[in-house]
Amino acid sequence: MHYRPNRGFDHAVPSEITPRSIYERRRDLLKLMALGAGGAALSGWAARDAFAQAARPNKLGALPGTRSTVAGAITMEKLTAYNDVTSYNNYYEFGTDKADPARNAGSLKTRPWTVAVEGEVKKPKVYDLDELLKLAPMEERVYRLRCVEGWSMVIPWVGYSLSELIKRVEPTGNAKYVEFVTLADSKQMPYLGSRVLSWPYVEGLRMDEAMNPLALLAFGLYGEVLPNQNGAPVRLAVPWKYGFKSGKSIVKIRFTDKQPATSWNHAAAQEYGFYSNVNPNVDHPRWSQATERRIGEDGLFAKKRATLLFNGYEAQVGQLYAGMDLKKLF
Amino acid sequence: MESAVLSPAPSAAVRRKPWLLHPAAKPLLFVLGLLPFAWLFYGAAANTLGANPAEALIRSTGDWTLRFLCITLAVTPLRIIAGQPALARFRRMLGLFAFFYVVLHFLAYAWLDMGLDLAVIARDIPKRPFALVGFLAFLLMIPLAATSFNRAIKALGAKRWQALHKSVYAIVLLGLLHFFWMKAAKNNFAEVAVYAAIIAVLLGWRAWHAWHGRRPAGPGSRHP
Repeated sequence: MHYRPNRGFDHAVPSEITPRSIYERRRDLLKLMALGAGGAALSGWAARDAFAQAARPNKLGALPGTRSTVAGAITMEKLTAYNDVTSYNNYYEFGTDKADPARNAGSLKTRPWTVAVEGEVKKPKVYDLDELLKLAPMEERVYRLRCVEGWSMVIPWVGYSLSELIKRVEPTGNAKYVEFVTLADSKQMPYLGSRVLSWPYVEGLRMDEAMNPLALLAFGLYGEVLPNQNGAPVRLAVPWKYGFKSGKSIVKIRFTDKQPATSWNHAAAQEYGFYSNVNPNVDHPRWSQATERRIGEDGLFAKKRATLLFNGYEAQVGQLYAGMDLKKLF
Repeated sequence: MESAVLSPAPSAAVRRKPWLLHPAAKPLLFVLGLLPFAWLFYGAAANTLGANPAEALIRSTGDWTLRFLCITLAVTPLRIIAGQPALARFRRMLGLFAFFYVVLHFLAYAWLDMGLDLAVIARDIPKRPFALVGFLAFLLMIPLAATSFNRAIKALGAKRWQALHKSVYAIVLLGLLHFFWMKAAKNNFAEVAVYAAIIAVLLGWRAWHAWHGRRPAGPGSRHP
């Protein structure tokens, strides 16, 4: 496992670079702060790096996180509004319309909740949610999310690197892949009877992908616990892959020597590959992946924006796929 | 009141609705047909169409195309079953509303989704079978809309005009297939089934009526 340490210069896209005007204002502000009176007023600004940025919507329980220092973990792009993030969802267990999960996911019971970690590990364990919440310090990370359907959002997640959990269970030498099994309970999930996909919804990552610090085990967004429709109480956020790779409401994490049979790949192998990295050069068989619509931001008549290779996280994850034919292993 | 009770029930053919012939009936229908457009226009301007207004506009204009096609196809069965020949007055406007919404549907797709880039559109349509089918239905609707005025009927001759306008049956089936294929991506057929049932009744009635209507005493011959 090798990845480059963060030297603070791993900016994948221009939007992640602090604009010159703001950068230059920094000096003026620092001077002001030195003046004492101004300093008191601006100490909050000075400390902003240490705290979460996204203002809480005050809808659910607080889940603060410190600003992540992982390379590429914080894009400076405009956040997608909380209302859009929580009302436009794909969570088929609660209905296939984008508005369905927000309407129907109230029936999901997120406590008590356990996550079984098993398979090729030396220390298999059934974790209680409270244990998981305390397992590692919570970080706020602002990720782009690119859906395979051609839209995108910018979401301030709260969680920690999946690698934190993986390290603690000590995978064996046979652990080549990680499988994520999500909840399938027809008592809580009204659309489990629909035959859209085979339940439970299963996703997977290769070990080195799962160990990449950007792969996030997320417990919250916007400084609060996850709303049910966004995958409460614990989900994955793998920002360089299409959104469906990030399973919601995870109940089991299994380490295997074989590539997991993932749900969408099982449903339509020619359309959804195991890797499903965001790639503008590899079209979905039925539509182009070259562009995307940023939800809530791009005007109705604005041209869609260009999709970036690995969703703009090439500097952080490109080396995982060195030498791989991304057209074949899509 | 008493005499109405005592008098024999009028036959269906006699009980015609005078309001169908009212001079305000057509303008009223025109306003009703524009209501979905007004609602969508307001929604787009006031940003009340949800997180993805472009998608909402594309889908709703498609929905309304299919709805107006069904309503248009319901005119003739209703006219004959209810014995209301005056209903025929509204068929052209309803058909033109279907065309109005399909134009909006295509424009919304071409503009909001494809950025009015003809090269991108030309690449996208053949890539997606459901888009191809929808586009074909749209193309087939153009000659019908273009020959919807009286002079066109005269110029073509009633027989040829009618033969041309029979393509509406193919159009509605292509539209249904377009909708089915779109929903197939998520195996979500509940709404498609409703439209399929309505269209099956509308076309099934025609097949049945064509079979029985050939006899001289058929319902069609009652109103020469």
